[in-house]
Amino acid sequence: MEKKKEKVDYWRWLEYHSVMPGRDWKKADVITAGVDVGSVGSKAVIMADGEIYSWSVMRTGSNSSDSAKKVMDWAMEGTGLELKDFNYIVGTGYGRVNVPMANRAITEIACHAKGANYIWGTSVRTVLDVGGQDVKAIRCDENGKVVSFLMNDKCAAGTGRGMEVIADLLKIPIEEVGKVSLSVTEEPKPVSSTCVVFAKTEAVGLLRKGWSKEKVLAAYMRAMSIRMSELVEKVGCERDFVITGGQSKNIGIVRRVENILGMKSLPVPNLKETGRDPIAAGAIGAALFAKALYEKSLKR
Amino acid sequence: MLTAGIDMGTQRVKVVILKDNQILSRNQNFSGFEPTKAAEQAFEEALQNAKLSREDIQHVTATGAGVEMAPFSDSTVSMMGADARAGAYFFSSARTVIDVGAEEARAVRFDEKGIMLDFVVNARCAAGAGTFIEAMARALEVELDDMGSLSLKAERASPINASCVIFAESDVVSLIHREEPKPEIARAIFDAMAERVSSMVYRLGINQDITLVGGVAKDVGFIASLKRRLGMEILIPEEPLFAGAVGAALIAAKRAGRRQ
Repeated sequence: MEKKKEKVDYWRWLEYHSVMPGRDWKKADVITAGVDVGSVGSKAVIMADGEIYSWSVMRTGSNSSDSAKKVMDWAMEGTGLELKDFNYIVGTGYGRVNVPMANRAITEIACHAKGANYIWGTSVRTVLDVGGQDVKAIRCDENGKVVSFLMNDKCAAGTGRGMEVIADLLKIPIEEVGKVSLSVTEEPKPVSSTCVVFAKTEAVGLLRKGWSKEKVLAAYMRAMSIRMSELVEKVGCERDFVITGGQSKNIGIVRRVENILGMKSLPVPNLKETGRDPIAAGAIGAALFAKALYEKSLKR
Repeated sequence: MLTAGIDMGTQRVKVVILKDNQILSRNQNFSGFEPTKAAEQAFEEALQNAKLSREDIQHVTATGAGVEMAPFSDSTVSMMGADARAGAYFFSSARTVIDVGAEEARAVRFDEKGIMLDFVVNARCAAGAGTFIEAMARALEVELDDMGSLSLKAERASPINASCVIFAESDVVSLIHREEPKPEIARAIFDAMAERVSSMVYRLGINQDITLVGGVAKDVGFIASLKRRLGMEILIPEEPLFAGAVGAALIAAKRAGRRQ
């Protein structure tokens, strides 16, 4: 019998959900949620009285509203929560207008700044958010309010989607690319083109020339990091600096960006103890806005 | 006088042999992993077809993105210079040549003698070149050669993020799930490419007549979108793929003549 060759999706990143231990939503006065439907990943965060109660991160499907429902269901799974228990829900992200259960939509720029302020505290002034299909550099004040921002959403160079394509090409699981890219003894020159399509061709050429996968990966990630850093420099990088979005988990990108900018980013808080997940920064911000909006509506 | 032009493209190598400035023979080959060998083979075949041997050719000029990989040459010329010369050769009324290849697009302005005056190049983004059409044909599961005629069936273009090949690939997958008509997706691709290419022409300033060359100049879908975008007629030579090689061979003739 012919053995079926299994195709491995190296780009596939882990989906996860988590409920904070020791917290009871039934004792809370205000239950809110933020649903961030990104172009590649969807995130939902449930808050009880402004504290993270549970959250989920999964891939966005071909339909934004289905993805919103799925990610929200997953965040509620095993908690006994139902949609009617929520006081207010805010949708954000690329598909924010297609979040059926949301009372309101708020831009992801505002949500990321707000979320970063919650995750790391009031000292955050610069946020680099690297999502699936865009890169944003945001300046914010001590209240997590946006002061200015710059965004690249025209091109996959330096986005999570670009990273997925290269992981697939090099056959390195996406969860490991960061570590693998740092295993090179000497940092190679960046690939010459930031265009993912051309970089792919260049990567194939380098492999053929005898470069190791690690070296090619490092060269590509160097180019990605330069591009991201340029955006941060343009908006003006002020301390404290943080990275949110999917690439905040990519140590290869984080280290290189820090190196280029000459500035460390604040370390990620302990997820198990705090639930303050930088990938869910947008959804966290949305859930916080939801709480504020609900409280405002009560005063009226 | 016999001269030859070799155009070392990123995807194909092209060879043209001229006799007293008339095209005697032309041939092409995929660049593949060994462009030098590919070009040599294409050249030998072009010679055979014209019943000539290498010694008969007085001057060979090479051009193209991979010009340093040309198997042999007496001289080289820039891609823009070759395009300008070919543009004036194909159409005496032409003053602008647009060359859309696999990985690069150029717009070159030139005088009545085919001397380059100014140019704009896009070599940084795949969304402005032939690679885009190939990637989209794969995503749509249609033959590359059918993309153009498919797009002509559309009355409108799909809303799609066509600023980037990578984003467009993921968009196309969701559009197909939503059963969006393929012709409208194809048209969106050509419209986006035409937008990019025409912006280069506008940066140069409109200098008519405009001629379109390069591998993509054979695509009826792209031609229609570009005409619509520019709002003017575009002249297309019979074998637009060979424009660079023709330009190089013409320059070879000029250089050989000077040496005599």
